[in-house]
Amino acid sequence: MASEAHAHGQAETLALREQFDTADQQKDASTLGMWIFLITEVMFFGGMFAAYTIYRATYPTVFAIASTSLNVTVGAINTCVLLLSSFTMVMAVRAGQLGQRRLIVIFLILTLLFGFTFLGVKAYEWTEKYEEHHMPGQAAFHLEGTPLQGPAKLFFSLYFAMTGLHALHMVVGVGILTWLILETRKGQYSAEYFTPIDISGLYWHFVDIIWIFLFPLLYLIDRHLPK
Amino acid sequence: MSTAVLTEREHYLNNGYSLKSWLLTKDHKRIAVLYFITISVFFLIGGIFASLIRAELATPAGDLVSSETYNKLFTMHGVIMVFFFLIPSVPATMGNFFLPMMIGARDLAFPRINLLSWYLLIVGGAFAIFAMVAGGVDTGWTFYTPYSTTYSNTYVIATALGIFVAGFSSILTGLNFIVTVHRMRAPGMTWFRMPLFVWSNYATGVIQVLGTPVIAVTLVLVFCERVFHIGIFDPQLGGDPVLFQHLFWFYSHPAVYIMVLPGMGVISELVSTFARKPVFGYPFVAFASVGIAVIGFLVWGHHLFVSGQSVYAGLVFSFLSYFVAIPSAIKVFNWTATLYKGSISYATPMLYAFGFIGLFTIGGLTGLFVAALGMDVHVTDTYFVIAHFHYVMVGGTVMAYMGGLHYWWPKMTGRMYPEGWAKLSALFVFTGFNLTFFPQFILGYLGMPRRYHAYPAEFQVLHVASSLGATVLALGYVMPAIYLAWSLKYGPVAGANPWGASGLEWQTPSPPPTHNFEEIPVVTQEAYDYSRVREEIEVG
Amino acid sequence: MQIPLFPEQASSISVEVDRLLYFLVAVSVFFTLLIFLAIFYFAVRYRRRSESELPSAVHTGLTLEILWTVIPFGITMIMFAWGASIFFTESRPPDDAMQIYVVGKQRMWKLQHMEGNREINELHIPVGRSVKLTMTSEDVIHSFFVPAFRTKQDVVPGRYTTTWFKATKPGKYHLFCAEYCGTNHSAMIGWVYAMEPQDYQQWLSGTPKGTLTEAGAQLFTDLACVNCHHTDGSGRCPSLVNVYGSTVRLAGGGTVKADEAYIRESILNPATKVVEGYQPLMPTFQGQVTEEQVVDLIEYVKSLAQKPAEQPNQTRGQAQGAGSPAARK
Repeated sequence: MASEAHAHGQAETLALREQFDTADQQKDASTLGMWIFLITEVMFFGGMFAAYTIYRATYPTVFAIASTSLNVTVGAINTCVLLLSSFTMVMAVRAGQLGQRRLIVIFLILTLLFGFTFLGVKAYEWTEKYEEHHMPGQAAFHLEGTPLQGPAKLFFSLYFAMTGLHALHMVVGVGILTWLILETRKGQYSAEYFTPIDISGLYWHFVDIIWIFLFPLLYLIDRHLPK
Repeated sequence: MSTAVLTEREHYLNNGYSLKSWLLTKDHKRIAVLYFITISVFFLIGGIFASLIRAELATPAGDLVSSETYNKLFTMHGVIMVFFFLIPSVPATMGNFFLPMMIGARDLAFPRINLLSWYLLIVGGAFAIFAMVAGGVDTGWTFYTPYSTTYSNTYVIATALGIFVAGFSSILTGLNFIVTVHRMRAPGMTWFRMPLFVWSNYATGVIQVLGTPVIAVTLVLVFCERVFHIGIFDPQLGGDPVLFQHLFWFYSHPAVYIMVLPGMGVISELVSTFARKPVFGYPFVAFASVGIAVIGFLVWGHHLFVSGQSVYAGLVFSFLSYFVAIPSAIKVFNWTATLYKGSISYATPMLYAFGFIGLFTIGGLTGLFVAALGMDVHVTDTYFVIAHFHYVMVGGTVMAYMGGLHYWWPKMTGRMYPEGWAKLSALFVFTGFNLTFFPQFILGYLGMPRRYHAYPAEFQVLHVASSLGATVLALGYVMPAIYLAWSLKYGPVAGANPWGASGLEWQTPSPPPTHNFEEIPVVTQEAYDYSRVREEIEVG
Repeated sequence: MQIPLFPEQASSISVEVDRLLYFLVAVSVFFTLLIFLAIFYFAVRYRRRSESELPSAVHTGLTLEILWTVIPFGITMIMFAWGASIFFTESRPPDDAMQIYVVGKQRMWKLQHMEGNREINELHIPVGRSVKLTMTSEDVIHSFFVPAFRTKQDVVPGRYTTTWFKATKPGKYHLFCAEYCGTNHSAMIGWVYAMEPQDYQQWLSGTPKGTLTEAGAQLFTDLACVNCHHTDGSGRCPSLVNVYGSTVRLAGGGTVKADEAYIRESILNPATKVVEGYQPLMPTFQGQVTEEQVVDLIEYVKSLAQKPAEQPNQTRGQAQGAGSPAARK
């Protein structure tokens, strides 16, 4: 890419692309761009949250029963894993600010590991659902304790759609982290230029926050209701 | 001012002729040209579908094509025109080309993302075209459930996927525009010195960023419902098919403003340039754009007045719908007032602007009919709605698109188009359009339902009038394709500022150099200040 | 051939809708002319006379801006209020309206009169009497549209929607499906015959059939509902006498108004709302009864609640009479 820019006869660096006047202007633009992207993500998940809210209001008891069938312990462990990963991500950004490349790589790898852990646990949970015949689309789908199998299916549809979409974002995040690690090792980032780490951090925290909403909505919210 | 001959000076068109120099370009102007070619092809495809629809409706019996084919025709006409022509139309071509130039920037903030947007539109379009070629889709462009999820056995998934991907193209374009307007303005280019075209594209960006993800997730749910039968829209499993309509219109009503707001921006430029006067009530027109973008999100329920939603929901949505009518009215009044004591030229772009104001007025006023609850019950899902929608989308957006195209053609290509032919085609478009769609208002009130393949014989005369009009309209669209192509080689060479316009895009040679300006301009004047133009006229 | 330019006015509401139309058209014509004439006048009066002409800027008039914001807003509020008042009338069927059930099915309208007459793609109604339609769909969304009555209502699977009209002029009117429903959507059409009341009575009696209530009573027995739903409340399931129109207390708290939608739900998805003090024992009848049969059952349940004080014996007699054969089984 850099060579292409040189072919035009203009010096372009990663920190200062040719369309910008100053590096600060570029950093501001990149950060604003990521925030706006996250707003679209909020709307993206918002559609699902709206569907969830409507059906939970329509079938409160079924949703309560279905909710209690989820494995809270595993969900809680995953929440902790994600929170830890956010912490290590922050540390990676901090290392970026200080320009310590070795620390950036270490913290990014830690974040990556936590990301994989989360996905692994999620995969385990989904397998469990499959074995319990709680996966909509299974011919043998059955939720114990309620005659309303249709709405029960709705709950699990939403469960899989929402956690699936979230997991997809985690997969994308894992890809971004891997790319960042490679780039850092190549020596692309310094205290003057670490914008990709910074805005990837924003993305990672956002995905974390989505889970912070999903966990109580899906796992916890109906615990107090009679079974 | 450089008056070098076209061939000597390096500009964005002649600094590379290889395919790679186009397909991997980061230059917003080249990407705009790529978009222009792409959406022209889609417009042609959508237009062919429209012609076949009008041909079928020339007789009451469903004799030209079968019912299945007819359903696929109107579905694909809608899908192609809405998602692959109207939504990208003005922003992705003229917005891409001129928004950075108007605010004095070298490019958009994210040139690579801009190129990615184009590729996404291509990929989305490929899915849609695959669906068409493989056998078509017959759900209507609205994809209402449970028909689309359970009953239709056509290529719903491929089409939905195409729209999903194209949606991200739209989101990224909007995101790019917003960041560019916030961060890339030239020194002295304050918010209230920006041309109104920039304001309206900014407002459009806001809708694209907030609305499009919702249609994306809705289509994901349709996809899951079709593939896994998850039941979200299926009453058999306790799901609610009307929920789909809420989610769909939450995006698709604001999407109407994605389609028309940039067109309004074009009209502001045209009216000002060809009356040589600043747009009357500039801040009101600017805020009207933002107002439309915000209120546009609160009115989706007016598509559901007869769907069985509660009476009170209907009341609220009807009430709010009238709020969104006011900013549009403000714009029309201000454009008209701009003409007062102006110096009005009858150049082709201005004829399109006149056409826009007139037809958009009718389109907007008939919007008041469908927003009135008791009236909507009768006219919804009839040709009245078809006519209203086309008055806004074709009479509005496409007129503005054509006007903008003629206005900026000399800047984009460095050549003038033949004025006589252009005026003639503008006349054809205006006449043909009215003949096509005005009878449809009457048909609608008579009770002719939309999406009917065959119809009672008493409606035939009006349908024939409409089909005849469509022929004239088609002619009006084919002519520019020919003479604009002709002008690329044979058109007279245009100067930097052939219209005596005031925007920054006219301060640089035609076609513009790769980085738009030899030197980034410093802005010291309000928008639409023609005193500088006076100097040019007197000096030149 | 005669070319109609205006639809027939054949219902009480059509007059009101048309009146609103005249108002909307008048406003539209006024503003369209205003804009067109202004553009035309300005374009001629201020046409460019020389290429170097440069008019002086006119400053924005705040008064003007306020004026053309406030006046259109006021006018639109009249439209809103007018449209809303018609809509209110349209969505509130009068109490004395006669009931007709409509089931939409891809490419077919099935209509049932209380007297038991069943029609397909044709609806006979008397002039001068309010008719309430209670509608549902067996498959996709349809929409019941009679242009001459200016009435339209979507017909949605899984729920009841209602509309009503009062025909004012005898005649034969188009019935359209207005919501796209797939292949041959344009064939889902029919006729509404508005008849003088005496002609209607004659038409009704022309085809002798059991009433909906009788059909429902028969079904109530055939489906063995009667085994659990005893009239005196002694069964494992609640008595259905006087249930319709009452407020039912539900297990787990909350109440529900026992209307058609509730009874339909209780037949098809009985576990959704269980009556307080009872167990969710009832099996679902989804797939076992058609939408038309659900309608019959609803009418039967409704008959158990009609004028119970005046004719208690008859009501109970009917129920027991219907119940006895099953009890013997």
